[in-house]
Amino acid sequence: MKTERDFGFETKMVHAGHIPDTQHGARAVPIYQTSSYVFYDADHAAELFDLKQYGHIYSRISNPTVAVFEERMAALEGATGAVATSSGMAAQLAVFMTLFEPGDELVASSHLYGGSITQITHTLKKLGVAITYVDPTDIEAWQRAITPKTRALYAELIGNPRGSILDIETVAALAAHHHIPLIIDNTIATPYLCRPMDFGATITVYSATKFIGGHGNSLGGLVLESGKFDYSGFPAIADPSPKYHNLRFYDTFGHYGFLMKVRVETLRDTGCSLSPMNAFLLLQGVETLSLRLDRHVDNALKIARFLEAHPKVAWVAYAGLPSHPQHELAKKYLPKGAGAVLSFGLKEKPGEDVRQTGKQFIEQLKLFSHLANIGDVRSLVIHPGSTTHQQLTDEELRDCGVGPELIRLSIGIENLEDLLWDLDQAFQTL
Amino acid sequence: MGSGSSFSNSITLNSSLNPQQQAIYQNPEIIQKIIYHSRTIAMVGLSTERQKASYFVATYLRSAGYRIIPVNPRAETILGEKCYPNLASIPDPIDLVDIFRPAKDCLPIVQEAIASKAKAVWLQLKIVNDEAAELARQAGLLTVMDLCVKMEHGRYSGGLHEAGMNTGILSAKRVHRFI
Repeated sequence: MKTERDFGFETKMVHAGHIPDTQHGARAVPIYQTSSYVFYDADHAAELFDLKQYGHIYSRISNPTVAVFEERMAALEGATGAVATSSGMAAQLAVFMTLFEPGDELVASSHLYGGSITQITHTLKKLGVAITYVDPTDIEAWQRAITPKTRALYAELIGNPRGSILDIETVAALAAHHHIPLIIDNTIATPYLCRPMDFGATITVYSATKFIGGHGNSLGGLVLESGKFDYSGFPAIADPSPKYHNLRFYDTFGHYGFLMKVRVETLRDTGCSLSPMNAFLLLQGVETLSLRLDRHVDNALKIARFLEAHPKVAWVAYAGLPSHPQHELAKKYLPKGAGAVLSFGLKEKPGEDVRQTGKQFIEQLKLFSHLANIGDVRSLVIHPGSTTHQQLTDEELRDCGVGPELIRLSIGIENLEDLLWDLDQAFQTL
Repeated sequence: MGSGSSFSNSITLNSSLNPQQQAIYQNPEIIQKIIYHSRTIAMVGLSTERQKASYFVATYLRSAGYRIIPVNPRAETILGEKCYPNLASIPDPIDLVDIFRPAKDCLPIVQEAIASKAKAVWLQLKIVNDEAAELARQAGLLTVMDLCVKMEHGRYSGGLHEAGMNTGILSAKRVHRFI
């Protein structure tokens, strides 16, 4: 029997991380709804707590159903491993809490998702970490922002909501030059559309709630790592850990050192672990990831073209369109499609309150669900000016890159003609 | 996770070896042969310090059912096992010689391993000595280099999977037994 084969992405979607067990041979991934695990004896317990054995102790640290989700995503990403978290925000925070010490600095893209910006600006600041934001499309800005205290660079591959595309390879080379990891939030692309580690990223984080789960039913997040970064000069990972009798994680666990630290220190201490039920539901999504994404991006591109040609639309921000400033980068990094989240601006008539028009447009839509999420099989819409950002002035909105005229769509897998019909009938009422 | 005849991907991550060297010294079939068929493992350079990587590996392998023989000239016993100053002084047959010494010290250790009729030799993660590895291979020993016995055992026995790591193993076969 042949023992070596590099299986394709779609095969890994449905098989990786789960081999039918000896006892029952269950074909679907079993839900291990248990808080804790029985030790064989006292020595076994001691060795588990001392990290000298692999194995489950308590579901805050690891769980068999969650482990299937973790290994499956690591296989799809081409990562050395994964740690699942309770949400995407938790994944991001777990990376920061593992990598940074007080006094360290982070250089981050100013185009990050608003929730990420808030976490970094306010919560991370409480931990004594200094932040510099840069325009992610300006490589010299990244370069200028790096100081001897910079410990990581952080950006989204596809920015939300303006769809800017990061030139990962160039920024990763800059990070490598400074011996620091590049962290990519790859939520919108998923590993099916792009695998940032193939272009030099060290760590990827996901909100699995979005396209990975895909059905809008479960929160979850992921931290993945390439296993290729040398942490020997990185005190937070390489230095003796007082939490484990001065264990040196990088020295002892090698390329698994960073992820082991995320799990047995950060996850253990913060409790931001994924529940087994959510891991199971997210796995159901993963099993159809490529099929859904093909449909999502196909619908998204056609809707973007429709909007661009529409007389009531001022602009469309979707990197799959040749009019987008990073269209060439999208072709390089996202050859299968530039994701299924796009935004557009309503044309402002003289003397009209465009915020009001946006509100009216959303209310007229019949198929698009008005809610604060992306990456559902159903099409979603939000008007930041009248919801998430309503307390901001027009000027403040524009500073965030979110004008009062901006409407964000997350395109689902419905019948394309129906989606176009819905948008068109809503435009006609304006 | 399974054992035995599962399909698996080659794991080419994280190694400083080139693809040709990986095919020879990180061959999944050879690794599995060593893991399944070894019973007695001489650990050269096993530390007395409980937080050193070698101590982790020894503790793990002992719990997995292997007999560990420490080779350390400066210690009496480690993990309750009598220490030997070198491989030649070990009276019992050795299945695997697992080396935790700097690359430059590996050649004489491999020569000793051959002389002591060990069946296999393993240079741990980040220890790369082409001359020593080639000598072992030419002498007919199963040879692995720049990998960790604990990690590889964990890959095929399921432990690495439990830690959320990418084992590269993929199979629809029901598992018959654990190793």
